[in-house]
Amino acid sequence: MVALTIDGREIQAEEGKTILEVAGENNIYIPALCSHEAVTPYGACRLCLVEITRGKKKRLVASCLYTVEDGLIVKTDSERVTNVRRMVVEFLLARCPDLEVLQKLAAELGVDKVRFKLEEDNHKCILCALCTRACEEVVEASAISLVNRGVDRQMATPFYALSEACIACGSCAYICPTKAISIEDIGDTRIITMPHNTMEFKLKKCQNCGRYWAPQKQLDFIIKKADLPADAFDLCPDCRD
Amino acid sequence: MAKKGKALTRVGSLDELERLRESVVKRDHNKPSIAVCGGPGCLALGAGSVITAFKKEIEKQGLDTNVVLRIIGCPGFCEGGPLVLIEPQNILYHRVKAEDAARIVSQTVKQGSLIDRLLYHHPKTDRKVIHEGDIPFYKKQRRLLLASNSRLDPNDIEDYLALDGYSALVKALFSMSPEGIVEEIKRSGLRGRSGGGFPTGIKWQSCRRAHGDTKYVICNCDEGDPGAFMDGSLMEGNPHSILEGMIIGAYAIGSHQGYIYIRNEYPLAVKNAAIAIKQAEDYGFLGKNILGSGFDFTVSINRGGGAFVCGESTALMASLEGKVGEPRAKYVHTVEKGLWNQPTNLNNVETWANVPLIVNNGADWYSKIGTESSKGTKIFSLVGKVVNAGLVEVPMGTTLREIIYDIGGGVSDGKKFKAVHTGGPAGGCLPPSLLDLPVDFDEFTKVGSAMGSGGMIVLDEENCMVDIAKHFINFLKSESCGKCVPCREGLKQMSQILTDITEGRGEDGDIELLEEMGAAIKDGSLCGLGTTAPNPVLSTIRYFRDEYQAHIKDKKCPAGVCRIG
Ligand SMILES: Cc1cc2nc3c(=O)[nH]c(=O)nc-3n(C[C@H](O)[C@H](O)[C@H](O)COP(=O)(O)O)c2cc1C
Ligand code: SF4
Ligand code: FES
Repeated sequence: MVALTIDGREIQAEEGKTILEVAGENNIYIPALCSHEAVTPYGACRLCLVEITRGKKKRLVASCLYTVEDGLIVKTDSERVTNVRRMVVEFLLARCPDLEVLQKLAAELGVDKVRFKLEEDNHKCILCALCTRACEEVVEASAISLVNRGVDRQMATPFYALSEACIACGSCAYICPTKAISIEDIGDTRIITMPHNTMEFKLKKCQNCGRYWAPQKQLDFIIKKADLPADAFDLCPDCRD
Repeated sequence: MAKKGKALTRVGSLDELERLRESVVKRDHNKPSIAVCGGPGCLALGAGSVITAFKKEIEKQGLDTNVVLRIIGCPGFCEGGPLVLIEPQNILYHRVKAEDAARIVSQTVKQGSLIDRLLYHHPKTDRKVIHEGDIPFYKKQRRLLLASNSRLDPNDIEDYLALDGYSALVKALFSMSPEGIVEEIKRSGLRGRSGGGFPTGIKWQSCRRAHGDTKYVICNCDEGDPGAFMDGSLMEGNPHSILEGMIIGAYAIGSHQGYIYIRNEYPLAVKNAAIAIKQAEDYGFLGKNILGSGFDFTVSINRGGGAFVCGESTALMASLEGKVGEPRAKYVHTVEKGLWNQPTNLNNVETWANVPLIVNNGADWYSKIGTESSKGTKIFSLVGKVVNAGLVEVPMGTTLREIIYDIGGGVSDGKKFKAVHTGGPAGGCLPPSLLDLPVDFDEFTKVGSAMGSGGMIVLDEENCMVDIAKHFINFLKSESCGKCVPCREGLKQMSQILTDITEGRGEDGDIELLEEMGAAIKDGSLCGLGTTAPNPVLSTIRYFRDEYQAHIKDKKCPAGVCRIG
């Protein structure tokens, strides 16, 4: 265990945990957009920045990445921190003006107008990379990635085409904090709408009740991975037992 | 051209090395030589055909075995290229053309007589200058690193040996302890030449002390600063000095594997480094049991993908591992967990090149050169509106005025000096009032610029400072990896605002907004690219605010660059 101070409160924390985790456990709020317990921390949105003091030195660090240390003094809302957060939200709102999550954050931080040119292409994607990390680390399909460098960066499938590797599981849509990815099942087809492309997948029909119940590719993926018999998913879960 | 014998067996002991060195020196001593610069500046001016012409002439005039032809790395005076140096007389010919080769061989090399037309004309004294060191461009320089470029063929390890090369390695391996070497580097005051100015000895010490079975040393030759050519010229012109530094460093740190990360746009640097590594292996300076000392070390070359951000330490290591070259937070330092999560010591090319000098001459000697907090020399790539563009190596403490006026010969075409941009794309612009600023890591940072890796661009009255800031922000915007919000979105918006200002759509409050954004981008970005990127904007606002105001309020570009309205 280590002892640290967050916003004046003395806290005992488990070694190896990040400041963001420890703050959360102690009901201290730190905004964060690119962090999720299911995937490795990334440090890209910069909303979770906090000011730490070690000895005489003060600096800003991403709390989703920085692990707690004995004697660490953390301020989650110093002026420096707030200035960066406000600017980050303003930048993101210029990118995606309609996003509710951002509008809520703006209200919290007192950002009442956006002084920058607003982007017109409403793709809702803030490039937090939660989807790509989930796809790579949790699903282990690596079907989507961030393509292009710098301001041209986009979340996409290779060549913006139907991804061979995608199993249509929908984890990306589930983890996305801005609902930039959506899933819709119509008849025998699952349609996944990404910020910059759309993909369609066949759903599997239950041999008993005739319901289309899961993407064929996802079931094939599980059969292969878990070494199950080829007919393992011929029936839907309801008809199975 | 005299062909030199290759060492048939590896040098296995100090005695063997000294015998080899003696024979090399005896063989080449006083043999006439013609050195033609094969650096990018001279090549662009036609050095390639000059080299071909010399090869032909030497053969035609029957001098194959009596004259050495060397293709050397850039010695610095690019403005006068193509450069040709004749030894032993130390005659410098400049602006040489292929058709001059015949006369140079028949008159200067064979008979020792000078060709007046090819000598440098001193602009002040109106005299011809014969020797390299006497031209004003080199006079105020102290070329501890670059001087050897004129004297050796980078593809011939024996040239390096003849200049006492690898003697620092001998000293390090046989009469110093690893801790002693680290101590020496610490005491020398050497700081990282990539621009950060991190104390090299302290970095080595941390890496030496870090826990890990395998440790790596890396040489950063990514040199992303467009237009700069300090690291490239060292790697092309004197690769063995860098290898020697790396071997000493590896021994001090306890590493057996090194990498040289070279940007792909430097094919000659890649080639020369590869030849140098091969030769060093053949001769026994690399590989197993180096010089019989028991120490093993190998070096491999990796070619960088070309992105500016790949020069950043964590991105470089990711790229070396075959991953996307994207930075990550460095809360755990790379000296603890770097390449493949092992302790890794990364230094810049020029930093490594300083190491043999320090080991050979001692920390006391080295720390006498320079200022209180910045020791040794620094190479700058002096370009822009300056008479003598080229590579300049000066002791720390030299003022900007001395570099631009005494060495650079002042602003070209008699124009008025307006600013000097230092520190690469994310550096800053310094005004005339700061011309007496000494070259020093901390002094540069204090005034809102940076030493950077040594880019130095002279700007005159015809440059618009807002336009310059826009130019650098656009470069950085296109080079941002796009991972974190402040850098990716912030630079995009900065670029938009600067474009608006230069096109007459600037509004009241834009300057203050840029300042506010700059502070947040610096404070909030993930890696060094973002944390320095606002510098060109912030420094031009700091020193040339009136130019911004003229664009915004009066809708005028004082320099007449921006077409407003
Ligand atoms: C965006 C960015 C680009 C960089 N590019 C280079 C480069 O091209 N060459 C270099 O030596 N260091 C570069 N660096 C600095 C390296 O991260 C690292 O600090 C350096 O190689 C350490 O060497 P030194 O201690 O000898 O200076 C860059 C840093 C950043 C943030
Ligand atoms: S500061 Fe820029 S270059 Fe560095 S990680 Fe962030 S986006 Fe990438
Ligand atoms: S949650 Fe830490 S940077 Fe996004």
